[in-house]
Amino acid sequence: MFEIFGLPSQALFGQLLLGLINGSFYALLSLGLAVIFGMLNIINFSHGAQYMMGAFTAYLLLQYVGLGYWASLVVAPIVVGATGIIIERAFLQHLRKLDPLYGLLLTFGLALIIEGLFRNTYGSSGLPYQVPATLQGGRNLGFMFLPNYRAWVIVFSLVVCLATWYAIERTRLGSYLRAATENPVLVRAFGINVPRMITLTYGFGVGLAALAGVMAAPIYNVSPQMGSDLIIVVFAVVVIGGMGSIMGAIVTGFALGLVEGLTKVFFPEASNTVIFVIMAIVLLVRPAGLFGRAV
Amino acid sequence: MTESTLDTPVLTQGRETPRSLVVAFALTVVLLVAAPFVVYPVFLMKALCFALFACAFNLLIGYVGLVSFGHALYFGWASYLAAHAAKVWGLPPELAIITGTATAAVLGAVAGGLAIRRQGIYFAMITLALAQMMYFFALQAKFTGGEDGIQGVPRGWLFGVFDLSREMTMYLFVLIVTLAGFLFIYRIINSPFGEILKAIRENEHRVISLGYKTERYKLVAFVLSATLAGLAGSVKALVFQLASLTDVHWSMSGEVVLMTLVGGLGTIFGPLIGAFAIVAMENYLAPFGQWVLVIQGVIFVVCVLVFRRGIIGEIANLLRVPL
Repeated sequence: MFEIFGLPSQALFGQLLLGLINGSFYALLSLGLAVIFGMLNIINFSHGAQYMMGAFTAYLLLQYVGLGYWASLVVAPIVVGATGIIIERAFLQHLRKLDPLYGLLLTFGLALIIEGLFRNTYGSSGLPYQVPATLQGGRNLGFMFLPNYRAWVIVFSLVVCLATWYAIERTRLGSYLRAATENPVLVRAFGINVPRMITLTYGFGVGLAALAGVMAAPIYNVSPQMGSDLIIVVFAVVVIGGMGSIMGAIVTGFALGLVEGLTKVFFPEASNTVIFVIMAIVLLVRPAGLFGRAV
Repeated sequence: MTESTLDTPVLTQGRETPRSLVVAFALTVVLLVAAPFVVYPVFLMKALCFALFACAFNLLIGYVGLVSFGHALYFGWASYLAAHAAKVWGLPPELAIITGTATAAVLGAVAGGLAIRRQGIYFAMITLALAQMMYFFALQAKFTGGEDGIQGVPRGWLFGVFDLSREMTMYLFVLIVTLAGFLFIYRIINSPFGEILKAIRENEHRVISLGYKTERYKLVAFVLSATLAGLAGSVKALVFQLASLTDVHWSMSGEVVLMTLVGGLGTIFGPLIGAFAIVAMENYLAPFGQWVLVIQGVIFVVCVLVFRRGIIGEIANLLRVPL
């Protein structure tokens, strides 16, 4: 161990690591928001609640079904994504011709309902979730101690983000999706079932949020309000990055996580607010966002 | 966003105030003057403060088409500053309220200046994010008292003459402030300035092409709305003799959206009715604790899906008069 800027390297890199972890959640969530916004033209306010549902599904699967972390990593996003599909079919599809404002209000209402139901059932204190046995412990890198689970979260989120980027920007299905974002009527005329694509896109975005929730469960406790504060920060991330670019959302997410981690080391009082301050500066300097097309 | 598809009733405005509005206003005044003899005054004062808050919010969402999701910022911070001014600086109530309201105006100018740089859905996210930032400041700042808030704020003597610690005097004061704010907003909406705001709501590009600097109009409307929200927050601090984190939290921003939505976006009396409806609901449901959150959510969903005009919007549509 040595010192950097008068700080023990352990403290500095530990916070940077935590920053990267937060960053991977920002990236996964803002990615989901961007994908949903592209197709449905609404901001999914219940994204935070759906992230929380992912964590809770993992917790419940362990408690009542005996499914561990690895199974949850697959099952939870599918289950929560399915609820997303139901939400889209039951509510959101009726709002397509209305002002996007109504989508925001509706998903805000849904977020309140979901959070309220979980709070009534499980209280507001956090429930613990164990790190899976295979990822317990960690290794000493010389300048810091790296817990295996945290390394896994960063690597896996990065893989998921890049896979999503690849699927949307480089595959045939992705090209349909991008085309439908630009001109749904024309794409429909080519015989592609656009409404079904919209539904599946919403389910996919929600599934991404749930996946982030499962990954967050062993790091933070599982609690009903874990999503609502996070989602506001993710909104700021989305404003900074702009929702026009998938890669933009990923890069901005990780970068802002790092910045937040650094702030925690050098100026801890501002760590809660630094992302909002950056948002204000970006609005002054580049109103369209770092990667945004003018909106 | 090109043309707005908000379900707001388009009113035919002549030079004179429509009779329906005059009748409704007279009825409101009579009811509110008689109410404290029947209903618990503190409940009424709470509802009135929220009514003014919702009217101020409606000025933006209903008449300019701007969705601010962070109005708790102006309401809550005004309430902190008013409470601080009355308790620590020992200012009389009128000056404490002015302090709070001025704070909200300044905050509104800064936040509004940033937020109007982006449109539509981004605008909502920016206002929400800025409000959350100021929530964290309120949480960490010394003078706000953190989790405890500022307690035991003295109501004092209004203009050195009226003793506001008497419940009925306080009620009359709150009533006058609310009605004054209400009439002020009505005046704004029906001024040439208000017509331009409505034009921006309908088609901003067209207004720009007619040579108006829409950004300036939007900013002024934003500051006016923030200021009036601050007035409501300052008065509320005196009514409850308390300023707390609840008032700056995002859930408060959501609540004012709900009140306006339930009453009717873009209607004159909607926010007033909506505020009374929601405050009454919360009052009766208080024993059920967390269910309030779920019920609020359900109301949101129902309103958006089947009841977009709101209570007053539906009545106005039924009677075919502006309300």
